[in-house]
Amino acid sequence: MEIKVTVNGKKFTSDVEPRTLLVHYIREVLNLTGTNVGCDTSSCGACSLHLDGEAVKSCTVLAVQADGANITTIEGMAAADGTLHPMQQAFMENHGLQCGFCTPGMVMAATSLLEENPNPTEEEVRIGLEGNLCRCTGYHNIIKAVMAAAGK
Amino acid sequence: MIPAAFDYVRASSTAEAISLIGQHGSDAKFIAGGHSLLPMMKLRLAQPAVLVDISRISDLSYIKDAGDHIAIGAMTRHMDVEKSPVLAQHVPLLAHAAGHVGDPQVRHRGTIGGSIAHADPASDLPATTLALGATYVVQGPNGTREIAASDFYKSFLESDLAEDEMLTEIRVPKMNGAGWSFHKFNRRAQDWAIVGVAAWRGANGSGVGLVNMGQTPILASSVSAALAGGASIADAAALAVADAQPSADNNATVEYRTHLAKVLVRRALEQASA
Repeated sequence: MEIKVTVNGKKFTSDVEPRTLLVHYIREVLNLTGTNVGCDTSSCGACSLHLDGEAVKSCTVLAVQADGANITTIEGMAAADGTLHPMQQAFMENHGLQCGFCTPGMVMAATSLLEENPNPTEEEVRIGLEGNLCRCTGYHNIIKAVMAAAGK
Repeated sequence: MIPAAFDYVRASSTAEAISLIGQHGSDAKFIAGGHSLLPMMKLRLAQPAVLVDISRISDLSYIKDAGDHIAIGAMTRHMDVEKSPVLAQHVPLLAHAAGHVGDPQVRHRGTIGGSIAHADPASDLPATTLALGATYVVQGPNGTREIAASDFYKSFLESDLAEDEMLTEIRVPKMNGAGWSFHKFNRRAQDWAIVGVAAWRGANGSGVGLVNMGQTPILASSVSAALAGGASIADAAALAVADAQPSADNNATVEYRTHLAKVLVRRALEQASA
């Protein structure tokens, strides 16, 4: 089936099998491998990206369901000149990552969280990131990074 | 994990969706947000031959004040239920429970209609709408009918929906200021409830729904009957499992679930009565 999507500002038209998962389309057809596959069961959040501006788990969305959508992946967060998105910058400055595997999903979920709640408490950040697992940091510096990005 | 191959068709209206599901018969399934169905398809626990995508039927996404109840379109996402000012005012228990489904990413996709039609006893919204005395509106080739939530759930993942019927609206009575409480006992964030309790208590009585305490979501009628008869909260909560059939799994034995349900029902009723 033919789908048309806009990913990181670029338009793509692709012929996909209906069973193609969005994450596989993004990684294997568009070669945007910053979006990771972690658990593949909509638990870990490593595959989070923005679908029409909201974080979703792309391992649990069919590519055909995203037909017509505007998608942003981690590769689309930095500015064209390479300037990091404020959330990426905050993760860097606060050492919000160790191995980095969860980081793209964390950044996408955290930016979606701040979009919906620009002024969160620390507890709201913790609850808001419940769909993203990190096995390295103990979350402490991730929370710090998100609070920093929120201007706190 | 990749689902087994299937054909995919898209419906632009409820009538078209029902016509499409009728054409494709028992091997076809509706897909809305897909957050119950796709995980099952990836595990090959479900292998529909055809998916009828109803997620683009935009007129099924709404939350309306309909006098004595709130009418919610089946395609309304959990996030929209959670953040609805209308529900916060009139059915706060449902808005609160919707905020405990999965995680924010799941709530951006999953829908109240999908959750209810999936009829998973471990899901939060079937038991919550059951406790609230909701009515479900379903549409089929011969028109619409209304099903009381208490008549809807038949067995594990089985509901009263016929193969060619689609859930279109959830009608939830206004709570009129009744006290309420929602408990979701789990070991880790975003897990399913080991046991969940949705409870309200007001001038017109009470309602207690149990999550993951049987083959269907459970209405703890014995608890409400005891309260109506003047029993104390502690005595009523002791009847928490009278209507349930808990089973064991990796998280809990039957004895543990039974104990948890009694404790959580007591706490929920204390909070709802405060």
